Amino acid sequence: MSIRYRYSGTGFTGWGDRARRYDRAFLLRLFRSMLRIRIIEEEIEKRYHEDQMKTPIHLVIGQEATSVGCCAALTDADLLYSSHRTHGNYLAKGGDLKSMLSEMFCRANGCAGSRGGSMHLIDKKVGMAGTSAIVGGAIPIATGAALAARMQKVDRVSVVFLGEAGAEEGVTSESLNFAAVKRLPVIYFCENNHYSVQSPLAPRQSPDRVVWKWAASYGMHSVPVDGTNVLAVYETAKEAVKRAREGGGPTFIEAQVYRFRAHGGAGDDSKTGYRDVAEREAWEAHCPIATYGEFLRGSGMLDAAARKQMESEILAETLAAFDHAMASPNPVEADLYRNVYAS
Amino acid sequence: MPWDEALVNRLVYEAPNPAEGRVLSYPKAVNEALAIALRHDPSVFVLGQGVDDPSAMFGTTRGLKEQFGAERVFDTPLSEEAMMGVSTGAAMNGMRPVYMHNRPDFILLAMNQLVTHAAKFHFMDNGQTRVPMVVWAAIGRGWGSGAQHSQAIQGMLLGVPGLKIVMPSTPFDAKGLLLAAIEDNNPVLVFEHRWLMRKDGIVPEGFYTVPLGKGIYRRRGADLTIAGASHTLELALQAANQLAEEGIQAEVIDLRTVKPLDEAIVEESVRKTGRLLAVDTAWAAGGVCAELGCLAAEKWFKHLRGPVRRIGLPDIPAPAGYTLEQFYYPDVGRISRVIREMCAK
Repeated sequence: MSIRYRYSGTGFTGWGDRARRYDRAFLLRLFRSMLRIRIIEEEIEKRYHEDQMKTPIHLVIGQEATSVGCCAALTDADLLYSSHRTHGNYLAKGGDLKSMLSEMFCRANGCAGSRGGSMHLIDKKVGMAGTSAIVGGAIPIATGAALAARMQKVDRVSVVFLGEAGAEEGVTSESLNFAAVKRLPVIYFCENNHYSVQSPLAPRQSPDRVVWKWAASYGMHSVPVDGTNVLAVYETAKEAVKRAREGGGPTFIEAQVYRFRAHGGAGDDSKTGYRDVAEREAWEAHCPIATYGEFLRGSGMLDAAARKQMESEILAETLAAFDHAMASPNPVEADLYRNVYAS
Repeated sequence: MPWDEALVNRLVYEAPNPAEGRVLSYPKAVNEALAIALRHDPSVFVLGQGVDDPSAMFGTTRGLKEQFGAERVFDTPLSEEAMMGVSTGAAMNGMRPVYMHNRPDFILLAMNQLVTHAAKFHFMDNGQTRVPMVVWAAIGRGWGSGAQHSQAIQGMLLGVPGLKIVMPSTPFDAKGLLLAAIEDNNPVLVFEHRWLMRKDGIVPEGFYTVPLGKGIYRRRGADLTIAGASHTLELALQAANQLAEEGIQAEVIDLRTVKPLDEAIVEESVRKTGRLLAVDTAWAAGGVCAELGCLAAEKWFKHLRGPVRRIGLPDIPAPAGYTLEQFYYPDVGRISRVIREMCAK
């Protein structure tokens, strides 16, 4: 085996001056948000074998910068639609941690009342609007949400996350075309992590295909971004949000990222042979949290003590939320029959 | 094509009596429902391929774009799955789309969004999301429409929780059921039938609804129960009226909505007649006919005096050719024969 997909970005090289445009609190908030997703997911992963979270999990470890950078450009009123890999999207959008963990533990007070599980995290208060576990499924729905905003004349942007496999689904082509025709306030955020379950890109897309260029062919603005660089993601998303709010229509963003874990479940499964362990290790050198943490340290904004403090606060919050979830009641049979039809 | 017209002109519907109220054609009744919904509720919009073209979806959407604007009545790309998802997403966010198709066959392109998304969100999100949308299509028959333009797909969707399925048979119901469907907070499919587009009926002016999930007696009788909806119910009613001359009194129930299905009215009738003939515009296997037969076997068995019979389509795709079509579709004569067999002592 060998390394198929290499990191092609330049990290935070040259970002010193650009970062000075932001205040320190904002820059630290981005870091904390990524670190929080990582710590929560590591705790989920650590306990998954106990089999108390009876739900499939799709860890986002390694891809935190996309959710965090993008959501930093959104307000609570803006809507985020997501795929099966929901944890990062949900937490970055401000979704309630206790409700999330209750859902993972199949409790009655889960964010979807144990109807959804980890693939259907929802928190409408903060605009975490819905997900689909079918690849590409949420893409026309986010497009429809943008159409609704247009018709209702409200200032609301829809964002939908997809993987590069989402760009293989016919419905994605159809949705992009419609959004471009109607110039809808929607952002298609594609995380290209190079694998769909255990299938690499090669049998799925021509090496000559460039996803963001394909999207541009529908007549919309489309840009690539380094998905390991939270500031680059933020700036790209911010521009797309501005365009959407000003009536400039949809934007497609393709972020190059890498999944450090298996498609589903705990741990990495590179050993099974579908990808080279060395490939994961090479991308881990560009971990979005490590590289940004190093950048902040080098800029004198985050020292070891402050980081340690941050970690222990997040861990305490995480453990308390786990305790809360595990102490929460299970649903009762009558709950099954509720909310099949809307009254 | 003259043979088209000949076939259409052969259709005979009982003419409404103008003394009983305003007479309106079927497409105009649908058109009126859409106009009323668009006027009363700013969240309603109408989309679909050709809704603003000169043929105006059998005339049902004529004039709506001019009256309500291109923002609310618009043509779409040929992207059925995305447009079903766009409708779903808009419905999840406060709108009430009416997504219209010339034929149900095109809905099959959008099954993922309809079945796996629109029908699921309310449950999956534990009631936090509602999907108030209408998906409208007219079942084709004849005119050489054949295997890919004549499908009646209600049977495939009958087992999908979260959906409602409406099948009107009169202009009065077409208007009232469509207004009820648009008011409903769930995804509702409205399956019209092309041949009913030639029917006139008494249609009151203004807003009214016909409740979803409630059937109605079209004819009373003690000898057997006929239950079904849409165009086949119309044929069955014609057969029943003719057979009265032979002394057979059939009770005819128009289900109006096949999901949820009004079990109570069918049970009430079967208790009395002891005989059930289930009719549908679609295949007899695995659909409305099969469900009615199953309900009879499961719940009303002790009231039955003979076997349940089904009149739907055979387990064969629709042929395109004129002669084969005549063998394929049930007609008044075939329905009458089955009724006679069922009532033979």
